[in-house]
Amino acid sequence: MFITLLRLIKTTFQRIVRSPYHVIAATFVLFLSFFVTAAFVLIMLGSNVILKHFESKPQVTAFFKDDTNLAQVEELKKVLSNTGYLANAKYVSKEEALKIYKEQNKDEPILLEMVTADMLPASLEVFATDIKYLPNLAEILTKENSVEEVIYQKDIVSNLTNWTNTIRNLGVIVIAFLFVTSLLITLVVIGLNISVYKDEIEIMRLVGASSSYIRIPFIFEGMLYGVLGAGLAVSTIWLLLGYLEPVIKELFSGIPLLPVSNDLMLLILGGEALTGVLLGFISAVIATWKYLKV
Amino acid sequence: MINFQQVTKRYANGTTAVVDIDLEVPDRQFLFIVGPSGAGKSTLLKLIIREEVPSEGKVFVDKWDVTKLPGRKVPHLRRQIGTVFQDFKLLPKKTVFENVAFALEIIGRTSKEIKEVTEEVLELVGLKDQRNLFPNQISGGEAQRVAIARAIVQKPPFVLADEPTGNLDAKSAWEIMAILQKLNELGTTVIMATHNIDIVQTLPHRMVEIEHGRIIKDSELKTKN
Repeated sequence: MFITLLRLIKTTFQRIVRSPYHVIAATFVLFLSFFVTAAFVLIMLGSNVILKHFESKPQVTAFFKDDTNLAQVEELKKVLSNTGYLANAKYVSKEEALKIYKEQNKDEPILLEMVTADMLPASLEVFATDIKYLPNLAEILTKENSVEEVIYQKDIVSNLTNWTNTIRNLGVIVIAFLFVTSLLITLVVIGLNISVYKDEIEIMRLVGASSSYIRIPFIFEGMLYGVLGAGLAVSTIWLLLGYLEPVIKELFSGIPLLPVSNDLMLLILGGEALTGVLLGFISAVIATWKYLKV
Repeated sequence: MINFQQVTKRYANGTTAVVDIDLEVPDRQFLFIVGPSGAGKSTLLKLIIREEVPSEGKVFVDKWDVTKLPGRKVPHLRRQIGTVFQDFKLLPKKTVFENVAFALEIIGRTSKEIKEVTEEVLELVGLKDQRNLFPNQISGGEAQRVAIARAIVQKPPFVLADEPTGNLDAKSAWEIMAILQKLNELGTTVIMATHNIDIVQTLPHRMVEIEHGRIIKDSELKTKN
């Protein structure tokens, strides 16, 4: 059994070496599918990180007038709390605002020189229980006399959510299309290989080779195309991420997108390799069923 | 023993290849099947190895009822029957040794066994020195001897030869016949379809003549009569 398995693997590799263009065609198509899939997976995960980043920021920030006292702030908190939409509200005093400002600009001494606590407004960072309640909370804050200005990131989050959903839907369609194409091309390539080896197959049948002995090398071949395509795609993405890291970091400064963990990349590699094996297997089974009469 | 019982083969296009064939080939017999092209000689051989299934009647090969044999058992049947063809059917990218060893590889023999048995069979057909040559580096006669070596390397009790001398000069043809005779003397049942009347008339074996798919003459029956 073990000897037979080794011989089948050897036969698979011999055939692959003898038909390099078939291997290149099938692997390249699978590579393309897996590359796009891996890219979409990373984009989706990245979008979620970006979304979470914005969602975790104070969702509404109300800046107070200079003469506002703590009693007024507490009163405002109560009003907000009574709506039932409030998850949390955090008061940031002028002194704390200065501390934050200093931390953010610690590398720019010129910016720090002229600024004092009096120049910065105290604020209230308000978190809603759900993003849809943000306008209600913002409205209450806007109407409050002690509030000078209200800033909230509803538009950013909602735009981002829309974009993420669009990308995901588009991704699913593109990936499905690519995988169907890959399946068909792998099927055709294996079908071509079957016709290339028809004399050998005929002799194998005459000398008593079992149906599985004849079919298995073609099935291994399909599975190998899948693994090769997946491996190449994830390796390329890995290299590309390394190359683009400075650009991505600059573009999304402050958002912890990179580095992508090795565990995640290995998970993507494993998932794609498994999908590749399955896809190659299905293509090969269809091809041998359709083109190989043994 | 190979036994045809009332066998008729009709193809989907309406052609009838063989009609009402009753034929018994005992073990260790050497049988010539002769007849013009299209008479049905090759069909008879194909029916034995289940390349074709009879439209009517039954074919037995030893214990096997070939007509009822499930697909997964066909390889086991074929391991009992060595086949030799006019066009040799060798693999051009394999050496003489590999072409013969191939038949043992597919049945899961170990490398050591394969080496031993293949060497032995190549010696039997006189090709030990050509073991590392490729089919395009040897003569037609040698190529047919490789095909015979491959056919007998699994030590089958039956060998079917379909026009094995058809592509060969007279000298090579007689060399092939000498090997087939030797195999028969060693206990193998040989059935050979041929056009070569010289060979059939010279060698003292049973001869069945077919025309339009029917047996018109059986030398053994004639002797008996």
